[in-house]
Amino acid sequence: MMRFVDKFRDRDLARRLAYTIAAEARPEQTYTLMEFCGGHTHAIARYAIQEMLPPVLRMAHGPGCPVCVLPAARVDAAIAIAMQTDVTLCTYGDVLRIPGCRHDSLLTAKAAGADVRIVYSPADALALAQALPGRRVVFFAVGFETTTPPTAVVLLDARQHGISNFAVFCNHVLTPPAIAAIFDTPEDDRSRPCLDGVLGPAHVSTVIGSDAFARFPRDYAMPVVVSGFEPLDILQSILMLVRQINRGSAEIENQFSRGVTAEGNRIAIDLMAQTFETRETFEWRGLGFLPRSALRLRPEFAAWDAEKISPPPPAAAEEPHTACACAEILRGRANPADCRLFGAACTPDTPVGACMVSSEGACAAEWAYGRARRANEKERA
Amino acid sequence: MCLAIPMRLVELLPQGMALAEHDGVRKEVSVVLLKEPALDDYVIIHVGFALSKVDPREARATLDLLTEMAAPGTRPA
Repeated sequence: MMRFVDKFRDRDLARRLAYTIAAEARPEQTYTLMEFCGGHTHAIARYAIQEMLPPVLRMAHGPGCPVCVLPAARVDAAIAIAMQTDVTLCTYGDVLRIPGCRHDSLLTAKAAGADVRIVYSPADALALAQALPGRRVVFFAVGFETTTPPTAVVLLDARQHGISNFAVFCNHVLTPPAIAAIFDTPEDDRSRPCLDGVLGPAHVSTVIGSDAFARFPRDYAMPVVVSGFEPLDILQSILMLVRQINRGSAEIENQFSRGVTAEGNRIAIDLMAQTFETRETFEWRGLGFLPRSALRLRPEFAAWDAEKISPPPPAAAEEPHTACACAEILRGRANPADCRLFGAACTPDTPVGACMVSSEGACAAEWAYGRARRANEKERA
Repeated sequence: MCLAIPMRLVELLPQGMALAEHDGVRKEVSVVLLKEPALDDYVIIHVGFALSKVDPREARATLDLLTEMAAPGTRPA
């Protein structure tokens, strides 16, 4: 049997790829590459990829963790829905601990008596609605273009089978507008990161296709390589970016050709178009309101739209911790270790900022994999 | 939630479902997002849905290419 995964983790090949990167990166210049996706952030920390790279090459974390960027107001709205006595709220496990405006979460709502359940798939939420005809089952839908087609499938199923006690609270967000927002930050804005290339997300691209990123080389002269998530995928993609930068070109390249095509998954794109439409604007934690960056249900699905059934209460003012560096980290301007709260007031058990809440978040990844490395460094020093 | 894993389809089931396997673990997944799912296809599973097929020839080609890109037998200083 083919063992793809093992081959793409080959230690010797990884070392040799890192050597090639070090040999080709020019010592007189710097290379700042943003990995958009939280899955990449996690893999880079887990396999200590930054440590394999030459000092001129820095990986900057991007805003591609849907749990991290979900704003407190939407968490509060989900809590308000969950607190209704006839509602069973279902969502993915890592959504439960996201802090709302007053630092409560779905987990604290559950402790206070709300019926909140973890599901692995939106199909499980729909099945629960069928099993509990006396309850209103609301699926708190979160995620980028990877989790959106499954939500579309269950919405169409709910309509086809006339399941009226099921609804979706839609918080699906879009990858390309978030990348554009970072590049569109005015030149004189301190929060604008200086980037030389972008590592594009492979799994999002299986759905929307690598061509969805073509505007970044074209409009911003920014090299993009759509990359897989195994260590060798990431190292090869970094080398491809270094080569583009060295020859002064800006193209979209697809390293994950084994799963991504230029045009994406036509079936998934069509199902999303049938069920969702683009919102004029949507709030992202750390990035603010971004135009046309999220989806809502189309009017035909109003009967399954939790926002139409019980409109969310007006958002309370968020009280961000003044020392929290998440906003800077989500824009690739700071590293987790730069934050005063990291590992002290803010840990995975007591997350203050969004980047610590999800295991895909930059701070949680640094916490999980970076401490041992730093301890080793200290010992060696 | 963002975890996506490659699995192999070992049985096609009615109503757009299939049995997928990875490392001896079997799981029922939806294949409605795939064009012509077939037995022994390698697929990327995300929240219970197969999002795309993994092309073994492309995987091999990528491995060959990165082996070629890697410096021969040297270790970083």
